[in-house]
Amino acid sequence: MGMTIAEKIIAAAAGVDHVKPGDIHTVNLDRLMSNDGTTHLTVDMYHNKLTKPRIADPDKLVFIVDHNVPADNPKTAAAQKKMRDFAREHQIDFWEGKGVCHQIMMENYVCPGELIFGADSHTCTYGALGAFGTGVGCTDFLYGMVTGTSWVLVPESVKFNLEGKLPDGVYPRDLMLTIIGQIGANGCNYQVMEFGGEGAKILSVNDRMVLCNLSVEAGAKTGIFEADEIALEYLEERGRKPKAVYKSDPDAVYAREYTIDLSVIEPVIARPDFVDDVVPAKELCGIKIDEAFLGSCNNGRIEELRIGAGIIKGKKVADSVRFLVVPASLEVYKQALKEGLIDIFMESGAIVMNPNCSVCWGSCQGVIGENEVLISTGTRNFKGRAGHPSSKVYLGSAATVTASAITGEITLA
Amino acid sequence: METFTGKVWMLGDDIDTDIIIPTEYLALKTIDEMKQYGFSPLRPELAGQMKEGDVIVAGKNFGCGSSREQAPEIIKALGVKCVIAKSFARIFFRNSINNGLLLMEQPDLYDDMTEGDPIKVTVNEHVEYQGKFYEIASLPQNLVDIISAGGLVKAMRKRNGLD
Repeated sequence: MGMTIAEKIIAAAAGVDHVKPGDIHTVNLDRLMSNDGTTHLTVDMYHNKLTKPRIADPDKLVFIVDHNVPADNPKTAAAQKKMRDFAREHQIDFWEGKGVCHQIMMENYVCPGELIFGADSHTCTYGALGAFGTGVGCTDFLYGMVTGTSWVLVPESVKFNLEGKLPDGVYPRDLMLTIIGQIGANGCNYQVMEFGGEGAKILSVNDRMVLCNLSVEAGAKTGIFEADEIALEYLEERGRKPKAVYKSDPDAVYAREYTIDLSVIEPVIARPDFVDDVVPAKELCGIKIDEAFLGSCNNGRIEELRIGAGIIKGKKVADSVRFLVVPASLEVYKQALKEGLIDIFMESGAIVMNPNCSVCWGSCQGVIGENEVLISTGTRNFKGRAGHPSSKVYLGSAATVTASAITGEITLA
Repeated sequence: METFTGKVWMLGDDIDTDIIIPTEYLALKTIDEMKQYGFSPLRPELAGQMKEGDVIVAGKNFGCGSSREQAPEIIKALGVKCVIAKSFARIFFRNSINNGLLLMEQPDLYDDMTEGDPIKVTVNEHVEYQGKFYEIASLPQNLVDIISAGGLVKAMRKRNGLD
């Protein structure tokens, strides 16, 4: 029986020739990432719950402060100091204020074939480069940090064959929200979403990140693409080499297969308060908004900033709207400056923030009040996710979000 | 097998981690301070009503969303003995096992259940409600090992001689 990409990565990490769904294996982790959402808890457990703690391999660890940047109150400042001090003491790579953790990981660390644990649910983004990234809690992270290993129940894979090309004005975010709407918020629970087919081959690394990043919103353990020339080119530009490049075998077994015609996808929006409550954006036009957010690990890269700037150039943000633009990393921010995009956003009246998780995490920036309405390129629209429990979050593409910021109501670009 | 009886609180489908504990309370220092805000976006009064030994019965995809481990910790701190749902989101499932919160998947109980009623749970075997038995799948051995050690950290200490 053949294996899928995900199964091959797990087999290599487990040091065995073959794995199949349902097997439980002890695996060696290639990399571990933790951010300021929970690292202070990991550090507390390391000091208080273990009597002879040690770190298996500091070179495999990356700590990134991105959730509350810069610190917004004494409590988060204390949590971040704990993380900073621990990183210094143990010579752990430490990033602060340089961007959202997954964007930094993709720009600087992730290599095809690696098995990576991150103490953040959107670690599944790394499949865009043919790596197996998955989110864990801080106890699993602690275990991995101390032993260099963890256990994995081999998940089934589900194949998504992408055919054709997205129409103009329709984006990978529309595609992924459409898929989630179709299969549901637990449509791939504890499964791997493997994207392939002719339509997948032409997607950029950014596009692939958009798809993999949201795979957890369908319940998946991760999303993954084959590391092809496009992925290897991205890697080479950044001076990195793959650990291994895997393709799924022709006789690999999938739990299900879907074929998706990209040419019929249209702009969509996920309505509050569920990521899988997805409807055509045109059905929601006219709903008044108070805030618009362009950013996040899903949709805050240079590609989306270009889309937004292209739409808002020469226009103004509606008087009634706060429009927050948050580049996903410093690299993205500098590129946007170079291309004049930041000027365009500022001229329009947008609020341009430092790279961080911002509104998507609903804690330190752009929090919305009672009954307020947000349209967002963030990852989630759960009840109260961006602020007050009575507030509402609509998820749309960078184009829909920017067009809505201009008119003050949900608007198609 | 361990058997216990508990009063049931009903929650629906897709109960996400932001409902279990909203982001704004994560900065509080301890789980004890946080627990009063458990489930507050959906049912602000619920945390105050839950008592030691209660059971949550929920629909599909319980615990979807973020990897915040405070979610299972708060449910445990509120006294909830176990959560029985149609299905669980995977990160939450792992985090619960690692923290010794008992989870059980049961496809039919939710549709038959009324809030406030008592149920009798026999771990790894079945749930008894109004004279009817609902089967529960048993957990794989490595997960049983983690839970019976009292969570992943304690299991690790044992296994790796870190004590």
